[in-house]
Formats: sequence, structure tokens, C-alpha cells
Amino acid sequence: MSKIKLANHTIQIVKDVCAEFENKEGELINILHQVQHKLGYLPAEVQEAIAKELKIPVVKVYGVVTFYSFFTMVPHGENPISICMGTACYVRGAEQILDEFKRELKVQVGESTSDGKFSINCLRCVGACGLAPVVTVGEKVYGRVAPNQVKEIIAEYSNKNVTDDV
Amino acid sequence: MDTVNLIIDNKPVVVKAGTTILEAASGIGVHVPTLCHMKLSDLNIENKPGDCRVCMVEVKGRKNLVPACCTEVSNGMEVNTHSIRVINARRTVLELILSDHPADCLICPKSGKCDLQNLAHKLGIREIHYQGEQSHYRADTSPAIIRDIDKCIMCRRCEMMCNKVQTVGVLSAINRGFYSVVSPAFEMNLDHSVCTYCGQCVAVCPTGALTEVDETGNVIRALSDPSKTVIVQTAPAVRAALGEEFDMEPGTLVTGKLVAALKRLGFDYVFDTDFAADLTIMEEGTELLNRLSRKLSGDKDVKLPILTSCCPAWVKFFEHQFPELKDIPSTARSPQQMFGSIAKNWFAEKLGIKREDLVVVSIMPCVAKKYECGRDEFKANGNPDVDFALTTREFAALIKVSNIDFSTLPDEDFDNPLGESSGAGVIFGTTGGVIEAAVRTAYELFTNKPLPRIDFDELRGMEGIRQATIDFGGLPLKIGIAHGLGNARKLLEDVQAGKSEFHAIEIMSCPGGCIGGGGQPYHHGNAEILKKRQMALYREDKNKVIRKSHENKYIIELYKEFLEKPLSEKAHHLLHTEYFDRT
Repeated sequence: MSKIKLANHTIQIVKDVCAEFENKEGELINILHQVQHKLGYLPAEVQEAIAKELKIPVVKVYGVVTFYSFFTMVPHGENPISICMGTACYVRGAEQILDEFKRELKVQVGESTSDGKFSINCLRCVGACGLAPVVTVGEKVYGRVAPNQVKEIIAEYSNKNVTDDV
Repeated sequence: MDTVNLIIDNKPVVVKAGTTILEAASGIGVHVPTLCHMKLSDLNIENKPGDCRVCMVEVKGRKNLVPACCTEVSNGMEVNTHSIRVINARRTVLELILSDHPADCLICPKSGKCDLQNLAHKLGIREIHYQGEQSHYRADTSPAIIRDIDKCIMCRRCEMMCNKVQTVGVLSAINRGFYSVVSPAFEMNLDHSVCTYCGQCVAVCPTGALTEVDETGNVIRALSDPSKTVIVQTAPAVRAALGEEFDMEPGTLVTGKLVAALKRLGFDYVFDTDFAADLTIMEEGTELLNRLSRKLSGDKDVKLPILTSCCPAWVKFFEHQFPELKDIPSTARSPQQMFGSIAKNWFAEKLGIKREDLVVVSIMPCVAKKYECGRDEFKANGNPDVDFALTTREFAALIKVSNIDFSTLPDEDFDNPLGESSGAGVIFGTTGGVIEAAVRTAYELFTNKPLPRIDFDELRGMEGIRQATIDFGGLPLKIGIAHGLGNARKLLEDVQAGKSEFHAIEIMSCPGGCIGGGGQPYHHGNAEILKKRQMALYREDKNKVIRKSHENKYIIELYKEFLEKPLSEKAHHLLHTEYFDRT
């Protein structure tokens, strides 16, 4: 098995979260949630560190990470873009919006741009069907998005600075 | 005790409360087909995730069919195990499983022994009505085990073995829905994982998803190479199980026929790993006595308990999981490797040939032995002490492919000098056997008195963890025994915590010891087979003239002529080893 090669402060984050949940195996999902919230994603080394803290085989951690689509092993971009593919958004042209984002950013769904600024994901319904088609960037929601607005949305975030989390 | 009255296929049945429909039906001779379910009674091993849905039965009054393997009986229940509805559901379930399974049965290594194939045959499947996506995964080849995951049906027997029984924790279900599959973490290859190659996943896999690396081709090539002298050793547990591959009763001893088959296959010398087991006892037993006398003379640094080191999966287990304890096991190599070392370093010279021209093959009940003989410390200039390790199953395949009618073979004898063994060497193949063999020799060397008795019933059995105290001429020698790595872990944790009171602990990775090894004929979930193999080895021991390793005259001669004495410098160099921290 690969040796754990994480920055000390990352290991400390993992340890703190696990300790918060008393290193209980039954809290694995909550621990993964918290760690992903803090680090942005759950790379293999982080999963190994969690397994070590909880004294469980790493494959058990990996099993849970791969079971739930919420968990990700690749870092989200600094500005995670989510395109709603729920029924209402889909019938109102979400697919064209998605295609436009993919073309503009030159990445596929689930990937990040090489500068780490953007990532694209699909989700199912943010509960704003009246605004379909809906796109979210981080916490911000864009409604009634048309393909020709995609460039503008990207431009809004393009000049912000990247911070390194992990 | 509460009992439950119910009716199964119109027959009244009375069973204990808590019994499953499957067990209740089996008790009256109604065998509901199963696929994921597996139970090894007495060994506390059961897999019933209720995943495959093949054992569905109809219960009167219930809307849905229920899985017989994980539905408990209740009073007044009326069960039908073969109504039209049940048969249709069962066939549909099986067709759906088959729709995502490669149809290469003709060339599959599991063909003829595959539970899925047998079930398709039993249910008379002639057509698969469903066509859909098929899953495809990268095949994973390790030194001992091949994972062909396209053939995985998610029964999760291997996961249960790897996690609950062995506590190795390499294999587990990953991903979701159609894409779920059993895999090591991050889909890494087995040889990058902490896998011990115990092969218990292979032993229980119902399909060809997990199989051993096939070395029969290499052995056939060596046998047909006139420039090579090819010799073979056979492990004790093989003789108690090989007959099963030729439709003999489990527990039939086939030692003589096994030797005859090896001679007909063209091996130049047919030797016995039991000889090397006797040699192991000389070294390991002496090591135990050394540590014991140092302890008795007040040496505080001495490491006790001593742990046996014959089992390669167990060695790899502690190298990964308990590296800080790596000074505690005996440094004695396993019998397979002691044999290989003596063969290449002494016997080759006796024959007047180079070690490279001597090919050593071993027939083992084990898949981890394939990994063990490839370890670097067991090679000289890249040439391994043991060239190829075949499982009992591969050996049977070799006999079949060579047109040898095994059941009519006469009994023949092992060759000398490496074919003579004591009864102590024979019982190495079962849990409790190595330590009993060690006690027989260590007692006489320690007390200078003949053993008052040879059979140590207190060391025998199938309990996962056993303990006994043997009177060593006034010294109560405390002995622990564990089989199955999960049980071994419990004893190791005590050692780690300084709570262990044992002087010596025997550990075997596989349930039952080598008789239940990952390379043995498939038991298909029948634990009775393991017990019968165990009884067979004790029978063979009883019938031996010599029953103590130190009385084997070829062992005595080998020390006189070559090794000098146990733990001599030469013995140390050729028969002992070191362990590595693999974390």
C-alpha cells in the first residue's frame, strides 16, 4: 500500500474531524462529509488517513466514497459549476447549456480546468424549477440561463485569485 | 427449546425456532438452490447477504416471494419451494445474472466446478432472454491469485472471507448499482495491497472470478526438457484431499496413488514435504527450547511466545499488520522452502548437477506457496529454491490431462533420501498438528525422557482458538493454537499488549489448517469434508512406524553428513529466514 504523503496540516484536519466523531466506524459518512467540506475532495491518501484513524480497512472507506455520488476523489474547481439536469431544466434546454460550458472550459463533467478555477458537475433539481434552466456557481444561482450567457457567467469568476486548499 | 411447526412442500416439519427456511428444507431432503449463500458449520463461517435471490420460495399468505437463506421459519408457515411462480422467478434471476456474465465456460478455469454453471444446468437454462450492458474490468494478475472480475456475480463470499474470517480487509464492494464490484481499495492490483494470498477468497468463489495462477504449463515444459532433473515434493494435506478430485469419498488417503501418479508424470524423484516438516521440527523445536532455557535462566530479553512460521500467508499477514512483532515468530523457513533449500544446495551436489539444472516442483494445498517460492530471500543468483508450486487442484488437472487413471493406480513409495517422514510430519497439514509435532520432539529433548504418550488430544480439534498446557517434566508449557487469520489476530493483539501467557503459539491461516487450504479441491461449503481430511491425517500418523521427527533416520543422517546440528551456522544459513516490515 502506498505510504501516506500528506501535508501535516491536512493530516491534522483529518485527525481532528475523526476525533470530533470519537473515531467511530459508524460515523464514517459524517466524517467523510466533514473532511470533504474542509478539503474540497477525498483523495486516496486522505481516505487512507481516515481508515488509519478509524482502524478499518481502507477499502471500506473507498467503498463508501464510491457508493455516494456526493463524495468526490478529484478536487472541485475554485468555482464549482453545477448544471441542473432535473426534468424541468432538461426540457428547457439544460443540455445545450452544459455543452456550452464544456466547450468554453474544455473539460468534461466531473473534471476541473487545468488552472483549477472551474469544475463542471450535473445535479438533479435545486428546487427552483420556475427558473429553469438553472445553473449554480458555488452558492450563487443563475436562472433562465441561455447558451449565449455562459461566456458572461464564466467571465464573472475568471479574474478572481486561486487559493490552494490542500 | 422453542420449536416451530411448519409445512414445506406439503410435508410437516418441526425445527428449532430461529432456523431459516433453507435449513428447515434441507433437514427433510429438500435442497433449495443457492448461489451467494455459504455456511461452514462448526467453523462459524456463514455468508448470507441475500443478494442473489436464487433461493426464492413462496410462503402462503405473503405477497412477495422470500429468500429461503435469510428468512426464519414461523409457526404455521406453508412454504412451496417449486411452484411455477418460484421456478419462473428463479430462472429469471439466474438469466439476469447470466446476461452480465461472459459465456466462455468452455475455456474457463472453473469449468466443471462452477456453482453458477451447475445452477444453470440444474435449472435447465437454454436461452438468456435478456440482453443488456455487460461489465468489463481489467484482469488483475498477482504472484498467486488472478482476479477476472467480469465473472464476479457479487455474492460477496470473498468479501466475507477476507474481512470477517481473515480480517485482512483487502476485498470489498465498491461503486453502486450495476457498477458495483468487489475490489481492493482504489482498484489497485492485489500485489500492491496487504493481501496475504491465503486464497480463501479463491476457495469460496462460486465462479471463475478468483482463481489461482496456473503453473501446470511450466511444469510440463520442465518435465519434457531432457537437460533438467525434475524433482517433486508433496505437502501433507494433499494426500488427504486429492482423491476428491477423482470422485473418491472425502477423507480417503491416497498417498500411494499420489506417488504413483507423480512417477508416471515423469518426475525423476518423488519426495515428501513431510521430510522437510520433520526438519522444521528439529530447527523450530530447538529454537523453542533455546528461548525457553534462556527464559528459565532469567534472560529478560528473550522473546516468548514463539510463533510458528510455516504458513506463508500468516508470515505476510504479520509483516503487514504487526511488523513490530516480527522478532517473535520462529525464524525457521517453511517446510516447502526447507525442502527447496536442501534440494538445491545439497541434493543437486549429490547428483553432481548445477542447481540451475535441478527443477524443484511442489504440490501444495495452498495458493500462497506460489508467492512464497518467489520471495527474493529464497533465491540464489535469481534461481529459486522451489521453481513451481502447484495446488492440489492443478495437480489433479495434470493427472487428468496426462491420461492417468488415478483410481486404478497401485500404491507406490516415496524415493529416498528426502521422502521418508515421521507421523509428526504428516499432521503438519491440520490445525494443531505442527505444535503437536513440536511437542513430541521438544519434550524428549528437554526432559531427556521418552514421551509417556504420543497422541495429544488436547491440541486437536476445529475450535478457532484453542489452548492447552503440557507438562514438560514439571514445567507447565502453555500452548496456544489459532487457525484463520481473524483468530490469529486475537492472539497477536494479546501478545502486543503483553497479556499473552503462552510459551508457543501455532498459527495457520486457513480454516482447519492446510487441509482447508486455498488450493485444495473445492469444499462447496461442506465443512464435513474438512473434518474428514483432518481425521485422515491423524489416521496416517497413527499408521506410521516412526512418529517423532527426531527419530527419522534420514533426518539424523542429514545432520550428520551435512547440517551438523540444529541451529548450526549452516542450518541457520540454509533453513532460517528473516521477516520484513511491509507497512
